[in-house]
Formats: sequence, structure tokens, C-alpha cells
Amino acid sequence: MDAMTTSNAVISFERISLAYGSRAIISDLSLTIRRGEIVCIIGPSGCGKTTALRMAGGLVRPNGGTVRFMGQPLTVPRRDVAVVFQDYGKALLPWRTAASNVSLALEAAGTPRAERADRCYALLAKVGLAGHEHKYPTEMSGGMQQRIQIARCLAQEPSVLLMDEPFGALDAMTRQGLQDEMLALVAETGTTVLFVTHDLEEAVYLGDRVIGLLPRPGRIGIELNVDLPRPRNQLETREMPEFLRLRRALFDFIERAEQ
Amino acid sequence: MKSGWWKGLVVPVIVILLAEVAMRVEGSTSLSLAAPSDIAVALLRSIADTSLLAATRDTLIAAGAGLALGGLMGLMLGILFGIASTVDRLMEVSVELIRPIPSVAVLPIAMLVFGFGFRMEIAIVAFSCIWPMMILVRSAMAGIEPRLLEVARALRLSTWQRLYTIVLPAALPRIIVAFRLAAAMALVVAVTVEIAVNPLGLGYGILVAQQGLQPATMLAYLVWTGLLGWAVNALLSVAQHRLLGRAATVGVTR
Repeated sequence: MDAMTTSNAVISFERISLAYGSRAIISDLSLTIRRGEIVCIIGPSGCGKTTALRMAGGLVRPNGGTVRFMGQPLTVPRRDVAVVFQDYGKALLPWRTAASNVSLALEAAGTPRAERADRCYALLAKVGLAGHEHKYPTEMSGGMQQRIQIARCLAQEPSVLLMDEPFGALDAMTRQGLQDEMLALVAETGTTVLFVTHDLEEAVYLGDRVIGLLPRPGRIGIELNVDLPRPRNQLETREMPEFLRLRRALFDFIERAEQ
Repeated sequence: MKSGWWKGLVVPVIVILLAEVAMRVEGSTSLSLAAPSDIAVALLRSIADTSLLAATRDTLIAAGAGLALGGLMGLMLGILFGIASTVDRLMEVSVELIRPIPSVAVLPIAMLVFGFGFRMEIAIVAFSCIWPMMILVRSAMAGIEPRLLEVARALRLSTWQRLYTIVLPAALPRIIVAFRLAAAMALVVAVTVEIAVNPLGLGYGILVAQQGLQPATMLAYLVWTGLLGWAVNALLSVAQHRLLGRAATVGVTR
């Protein structure tokens, strides 16, 4: 690894392995995510892509190897590494309003009470939920609930966003809308993103790089750089020959991986 | 109120009327039965001479204090066992051995320690309230959505923050249900202790009326005790919805 990539590395996996008993989940996985990069991880089910993301968040510790954040070993979760879970319905507090749910992150960080309300409102406005501050999650659609969770993560002022199939449970139109909003937010703040998905097109559309994992045990099978111009566009980007080429490459990879 | 709410009253009213007619026609001299009208008169008389009200006050004090004491202890034990699995495993056998002891069976010991009076009754009520509270609170803690606890970890909430911003609110609806269950039990145990040994409260009133060969008064106390139990439960049910609002329905219904 040369000096340039090392200094830019935000999260790096150094020969990570994880096993539960005799069952190997991940084996000898090395990966570096550089500052400001959007890295998408795809792979068939059982390839350990969610586990890899949880390790990047310090929620799971590997049996072997080291996870580093800015060069320092990462052993517990950090507030500047935010996790967006797929199951937004379970990750939000149902007894709290949208604003109050966002406030949870501020309370955790010890933000003074007087500042919290304004910041929650600003963050909700940022994710397009202005005017919904006092609604409860169960009164909102899936897309809106996921926006609350994203706003809560933004409240952590993260340098890294870990997203675990965040749009997987949403309908196609909502998903595309949220993809573009996420890209705009990330472009604005320069946040580094690790994005796990099973949607190959989503991976190519969002990512600077797409990593494909092979299953049992999880290990890197393919790594593709995505040289598509930004900002991306739902119609134009998806019609570009390079997009189609990458999609094809990933599709072939998945087909081989599942055999 | 829902239309047709009166339908539930049809059966009791008919039964009361039948009992009245039967007692009058028969001209009963029973020592265990009395005509509903006689019971109503006895009830009013007991209210008028304040003996019933004094007995109610005593029973409520004993049941309430026992419930508060036992409920609080059960709550704290339930929380402790719920969050510290090591403690839970260490205490499992002890708890399972002590818990099945019928609360009335500790009466002799409680009498030796406290003698007659409020303290003994409160101790027994507390003993019986600890267990349902503890078991239900512990299972409420275990039933908390794991993802929420993971969110707490990801946000690095302190143990204390995790407890009062996530764990307790998530468990609260079930804790309230546990408390209502314990409240019903408290009343039952209090009256039982009064009938068995303790010379105070409604239970003692029932006993005295029975031994004084006054079936109407005895049944009046019985009816009153039933009404009291119903009222306590209704009050707690209203309080549950008023105080918790939205949270009362979250978690229990789903």
C-alpha cells in the first residue's frame, strides 16, 4: 500500500476474518475506503456484506485482522461513524416524534437542550421532512421513516456513513428519489460512504467503486471502479455504455458467485 | 359509550331480580344468603355509620403500601435481571424456589416478625406483588427490539441514557400491564390476610358479619369489595391511557 492511499484511508480492513464456531463468515478480507469515496458492496446472500459493514461500524469485532479508522484500531462504535439500518421501522423509537428521534443523536452527543430543537428542525428540513417534525414514525410512509433515520445519522455529523441496504424495502420511485438526495447530501458534506446493497444497478449508480463479495466464507471476488460522471442522473447515467458494461460485469459475477 | 353497552347488564339484573323473588317467596332464614334488597340496605347502613368506609380505607392503605413496596422491588429486580444476564442466571434457582410459595403461607412468619396490624399485612402484600412484577418486567426487558439496543450502541449512549431513553420507554407499556396485574393481586391478598388473621379492613368486616350471623352485611361487604376491585382496575386503566397516551398502545398491541 503506497503512502498516498494510506494517508487518505478513512476505514481500512487489514486481513479481516470472522468465524462463529467452525463456521467462517468472512475470511482474509482487506479493503481500504478513502476519504470522500462512495464504496458499494454487493454479493449473494451469505457473503457477509452486512457483517463487513457492522465491523466498519465497530458493532462486530473480527476474530482476526484489524479494522482501522483514520489509522487507529476501531474496537467500539464511534459517533462520527453513523449507521443507517435497513429496517427503519425498528431502528426508530416509535414513542418519539420525528424531531425527537433526531434529537436522540444530539442527546447522545451531549448537545445542550436549547440547541437541539433548532438543529433537529434544520436536519429534518434537509432530508425533505419540513412540516412533519411532530409526526410519529408510524404515521409516516417507509420513505419518510428512512429519511428520519438519515437525519438522525446526519445529526451525528459523521465523517463516515455506513448504509445497510437502506432503500431495499422501498418502492422503486421512492428509492430513486432517495438515491439522488443521498448523493446530493454526500456531495455537499464530503462524507465517506460504505453502502451495502443487493441491487446491482443501485451499486453502480451510487458508487465510485463496487466491491463484489463471494459467499461462504465472505471474501472479495471482484472490484470495479465506476468512471461515470457526477452528478449522476437517473435516466442519462443509467443509459451510458459504461453503466451497462459495469452492470453486465456485476451480473455475471453474481451468477458465478451463486453457483 | 358504545351503543348496546347495556346488554352486558341484562344477565346480572335478571339474576338479581330472580334472587329477590326467590328469597321473598321462600322467606329464607339462611345464614349465608340474603335478599338483594336486604344487602343494599345493609350496604347503605354500613356506609352511613362509616364502618364500611373505615374498613375500605384500612384495606386500601395496606394493599396500596404493599403494592408500592413490592411493586417497586419487583420493578427493580426485573430491570436488574433484565439487563444483567449474569445476575439473572445466578438468581434463577433462588427466585424459582421462593416464588411459588403461596403468600398466605408466609403469614405465620410475618405474624412472628410484625404481629397483627398494618405492617404484617403490608409485608405479605409486598411479598406477593414482587413476583408478577419481577417476572413481567424482566420479560418486558427481554422483549425490547434488539435493533433499538444496537442504535443505542452505535450512538454510544451511556448505560444510564440507554436505560431511560430506550429501555424503560420501550418496556413501559408492559410494565404498566404488570403493575395492573400486581394491583389486582394486592387487593386479593390484603382481603385474604384480613379474613385469615388480621383484625382490620374489609376482610375482617366480612368475617365479623359472618360470625355475627348477619348474612346481609357480610354480602354487602362482599359486593363492596368487588366494586372496589373493579374501580381500582378501571382507574388504573384510565390512568394508563391518560398518562402514557400514545406509548400505552405502542409495543403491547404489536
